[in-house]
Amino acid sequence: MSEMRYEAPTTLAAAVALLAGANGRASVLAGGTDLLIRMRAGSVEPGLLIDIKGIPEMTSIVAENGGYRFGAAVPCMELLEHEAFAKAWPGVIDGVKLIGSIQVKGRATVGGNLCNASPAADSVPPLIAAGAVAGIVGPDGRRESPVENIVTGPGKTALARGEIVTSFLLPRRPPHAGDAYLRFTPRTEMDIAVVGVGVNLTLDDSGVCRQARVCLGAVAERALLVPEAAAALIGTRVDAAALKRLAAAASAACRPIDDKRGTKEFRIKVAGVMARRAAEMALARARRKN
Amino acid sequence: MAKHHVTATVNGDVVEFLCETRQSLLDVLRDELNLTGTKEGCGTGDCGACSVTIDGRLMCSCLVLGVEAEGKAIQTIEGMAAGKDLHPLQRQFLEHAALQCGICTPGILIAARSLLERNPDPTEDEVRYWLAGNLCRCTGYHKIVDAVLDAAREMRRP
Repeated sequence: MSEMRYEAPTTLAAAVALLAGANGRASVLAGGTDLLIRMRAGSVEPGLLIDIKGIPEMTSIVAENGGYRFGAAVPCMELLEHEAFAKAWPGVIDGVKLIGSIQVKGRATVGGNLCNASPAADSVPPLIAAGAVAGIVGPDGRRESPVENIVTGPGKTALARGEIVTSFLLPRRPPHAGDAYLRFTPRTEMDIAVVGVGVNLTLDDSGVCRQARVCLGAVAERALLVPEAAAALIGTRVDAAALKRLAAAASAACRPIDDKRGTKEFRIKVAGVMARRAAEMALARARRKN
Repeated sequence: MAKHHVTATVNGDVVEFLCETRQSLLDVLRDELNLTGTKEGCGTGDCGACSVTIDGRLMCSCLVLGVEAEGKAIQTIEGMAAGKDLHPLQRQFLEHAALQCGICTPGILIAARSLLERNPDPTEDEVRYWLAGNLCRCTGYHKIVDAVLDAAREMRRP
């Protein structure tokens, strides 16, 4: 085994410089709940670990432009305990709550959940449904990207070499807005999504849906934003007919695999069911908010 | 290989140790600091046997590197009893016979204490969800949950 260095930079500039100087042999360490397991299994052998938890902007939750920006290395438990954030984005909280045990959530981060690039990541569909934008820093400076453009397939991202996801910006919420994330798993805790659905919608004063975003997890090589499913809700009162069209559009968008956790047919069918239920939850939340 | 020199607080005592980057905090606790109360079950964060708190936050010590403990306050099972006086959770576990082989017990006690610090009056459901990351292959969990609820009751008494 070769030597493995460990660095804990306190600025983004230092982290980017370390990553750039490592010739592709560095791994970014946030919560480590995926990375340390892979290192121990021998599937990754980094020459350098860059622990980014000492960088203030990656570990803080701040209000910005009426919305929230949270650091990509904020542990899930801290996000769950942030009452104002949880009230604004209950659907994002639904997803984050489902990531592993309390112990795992004490360490695991949303940035890691995204960059690990599992198609079944629970925080990703609600973030995409929320219209979250990821802040990214790299050798060429800073850029921003909608979260749906980051993961390209299992274990693969659109990040260039040397780039780090630093934060997530969730936009300001209009009145009568609500979001929800639901997943299907054989048991309620400590499981991996067979299907996950995030729905985010906004009603006008008369209760008609004016904006919607629907994102499916675990039914394709990455989380899928499904505009056809959102279109089934927009302009309606999210009534039974709209929900039926939503379910059909969600099922039609699936291109799942068969595996031990669910067959293709099952995933396609359940995606429609979960989309309907998530939309009903988001609707109830939107109606409660003014 | 150059080792890291780490200073941390374990159960209130300042400790120093040397470790390699790839050594987990669990390895350090058991092999460098001889605190073998923290157990290794799966080594992948699934079983909770290695639960400790770090700066008050419940974590699996197998998913933390020893070098990451620099400057942190760690609590392990060895710090739970006050001398010879068992913590109410420890006493209730004995009272309820909430353990058989005992490998999961230190982690469950640490996790349960972390719950009761946040929520002194949890429902049975809340106890079961909080402890979902702690696997026990012997007891079937009922006695564990009963012991935690009784300890909570005892600790709420003025």
